[in-house]
Amino acid sequence: MITDFFSATVLIGILASGIRLATPYLYASIGETFGQRSGVLNLGVEGQMLMGAFTAFYITLRTGNVWLGLLAAIGVGALMGLAMAFVSIHLRAVQGISGIGFYLFGLGMSDLLFQKLMGEVKTVSGFGAIEIPFLSSLPVVGEIFFRQNLLVYLAFLLVPVAWFVLNKTTLGLKIRAVGENPQAADTLGVSVAGIRYLTVTMGGVFSAIGGASLSIANLNVFQQNMTSGLGFIAVALVYFGGWKPFGVLFGALLFSMVNSLQLWMQILNVPIPSDFAVMMPYVLTIIVLVLTVGRVRGPSALTKPFIREG
Amino acid sequence: MSDVQSISFERQRIEHLELKNITKRFPGVLANAHVDFDVRAGEVHALLGENGAGKSTLMKILYGLYHPDEGEIFINGSPVRIASPNDAINLGIGMIHQHFMLVDSLTVAENIALGLPSSRGLLTDLDVVSARTEMLAKKYGLLVDPGAYIWQLAVGQRQRVEILKALYRGADLLILDEPTAVLTPQEVDEFMETIRQMTEEKHSIIFISHKLHEVIAISQRVTVLRNGRRVDSCPTAGCTKHDLARMMVGQEIVMPKLTTPPKRGEVRLELKNVHAQSDRETPALRGVDLQIFSGEIVGLAGVSGNGQAELAQVVTGLRPATQGQVLIEGRDMTGKLPGEIIRCGLAYIPEERMRDGMVQDFNISENIILRDHNKDPYAKRGFLLHRVIAEFTDRLIDLFHIKTPSRETPARNLSGGNIQKVVLARELSRQPRIIVAAQPSRGLDIGATEYVHNSLLEQREKGAAILLISEDLDEILALSDRVAVVYEGRIMGILDNKDAERERVGLLMAGVHPD
Repeated sequence: MITDFFSATVLIGILASGIRLATPYLYASIGETFGQRSGVLNLGVEGQMLMGAFTAFYITLRTGNVWLGLLAAIGVGALMGLAMAFVSIHLRAVQGISGIGFYLFGLGMSDLLFQKLMGEVKTVSGFGAIEIPFLSSLPVVGEIFFRQNLLVYLAFLLVPVAWFVLNKTTLGLKIRAVGENPQAADTLGVSVAGIRYLTVTMGGVFSAIGGASLSIANLNVFQQNMTSGLGFIAVALVYFGGWKPFGVLFGALLFSMVNSLQLWMQILNVPIPSDFAVMMPYVLTIIVLVLTVGRVRGPSALTKPFIREG
Repeated sequence: MSDVQSISFERQRIEHLELKNITKRFPGVLANAHVDFDVRAGEVHALLGENGAGKSTLMKILYGLYHPDEGEIFINGSPVRIASPNDAINLGIGMIHQHFMLVDSLTVAENIALGLPSSRGLLTDLDVVSARTEMLAKKYGLLVDPGAYIWQLAVGQRQRVEILKALYRGADLLILDEPTAVLTPQEVDEFMETIRQMTEEKHSIIFISHKLHEVIAISQRVTVLRNGRRVDSCPTAGCTKHDLARMMVGQEIVMPKLTTPPKRGEVRLELKNVHAQSDRETPALRGVDLQIFSGEIVGLAGVSGNGQAELAQVVTGLRPATQGQVLIEGRDMTGKLPGEIIRCGLAYIPEERMRDGMVQDFNISENIILRDHNKDPYAKRGFLLHRVIAEFTDRLIDLFHIKTPSRETPARNLSGGNIQKVVLARELSRQPRIIVAAQPSRGLDIGATEYVHNSLLEQREKGAAILLISEDLDEILALSDRVAVVYEGRIMGILDNKDAERERVGLLMAGVHPD
């Protein structure tokens, strides 16, 4: 069995599914990165993902059109992001607490809608695998990277795009300034609230797409609480990645590869109690976070509401 | 680039700016009452007043950060509306804030470009910004590397970035809010030169300060505010320091002075090769040696952030020394808990009096007994003796002239000066043998400052060993028997009062040995 486990097919399988598993983390963490870089901690990611996952699934189920499903998820994500933004920017709520509120709302609401509108687990045909011409026929690499679905490709494309926006555009400059020293940005006529509304709403949209990537691309089902803590891991990955898109990518890959490894270990009946296998990625997260603590400084104004004072 | 330039060309230059009849109320406070103020191109108009006189409020109104309840602003005779900093910037008004408005984690060029339209649309054009910044820097003698991160820069350089930020936005009028407070005397000289350069280029300058000699040196006109009202405006040429001080305070003031020679006794506090780290875990103290004798005041001078705060914390036991020794009356107290050090007779007047000197929600009585609340005579067998505490508090309120409705008033409702008096009352009523006073008069008005100074002098007479840490050089020079200058965590030199001239201390503060 152990020798089976290290065969080439299995290794390729682990890597390919690791890439796929990284998708929801990437969307959610990159979205959260924008929010945090502008100074807002959104702990409601998990709730936004669940709502995105349900909406995408349900609309796809009803219309048979994955694109409409995705679009609906984006709309719902934007609404939830906007609500989070309103509560934390306008009403200046304590962000950690209001985020938990949004998580519980998303958890309960997606479950309620699932019970009322569907009642049982169904499947849809979601985004299918797209084989990239030529590249997909490369040995090993082709199978790992180039036979994935559209949302996987877009997730990985999002990383350099996010890096570019943060570091090379005037918008990115404003986001970074607002998260570090909102007073300074304010005196230069940058709208602190405007930037934060934008990033937090955007974060909601990406979280919802992350949820949709589970329900209409990778798994093609919706179940109650199907994200099971994934959104919180995504928030942790932002810290782990040092608030940098490529750092987040590294964290997401590390985490999902370990996750993929333990899934395959279960599939192949490797004689390790499954409880321990399931624990692996989470234990790894804790270890990694402990090791990286204090390594990079986060945005100075993170979680601090902005008030213009004298 | 074209965008940036068009901002400065579209509108007319500010030849004459007037604030008329400005009134601003905050809950419970009249910050500005019918204030008139004006400034012309090529002129430095100083705005003088004590803390809380309404200078900053008036300027924040001009910069669009606050909105006046009454009054109007005119540029070249026509009324303008300034609803936000953006409006102010577009009209050609720039403000250098007292606390720099810079993003530490960004570069100089990024700080300057922030909020401006870019010549490349959505993309940043930092190379263009850098080039233009260097041009401006050369013209005004404000040399700074556009690619450097703000956190890498010294305070004086940061100020240059602030000025460049305003000039880059085409500011004709610059509001300088206490610009010299953080500079060494030498940096102040350079800064004055920059101001002269700017007035030659027909910029208007509003110079806010409470340092009289600077106001007299640089301004053509001066307006004095007191309690939110304009006391008077006059050409600077006709004013003496004395006149201005009287206008500012409303009464005659006497500078404190050391009238008697120190009755120097034994060594009370000694630091031997003390090292310590800052909160950021960078070295803050790198081998401090210092002795303080009974009956003397040793002033610790230095530019903010050279280890003063850490030194006070190491002495009081709030921060561990990584190396070296702290001796109190010959006993090694390195690494002892603050409580043990207090029991040796150490009094501490902390820099952040609101945060470290008080429990804001406690009333005056509770704050007064904070240190000794569990001891005789304030407590017996774990119960507080309210009658004793009340009598003691009332006595101190009387003795230290604390203005408060009652001893039950929460500390947060007191003014800054009265809060400091509560701290003094608590610390000095314990007959301290050693006193560490960190920025004891910062933010206090002249009356309260005088009170603090006299209290310290009184303790000196009683034989306490006093370490006075201050960024106000005038205060240090007036009160210290010896002046120790700290630079980058080391004592650069210790001067006797008679040798401590401003120039010499200034050089030491900048890390230069005068000889």
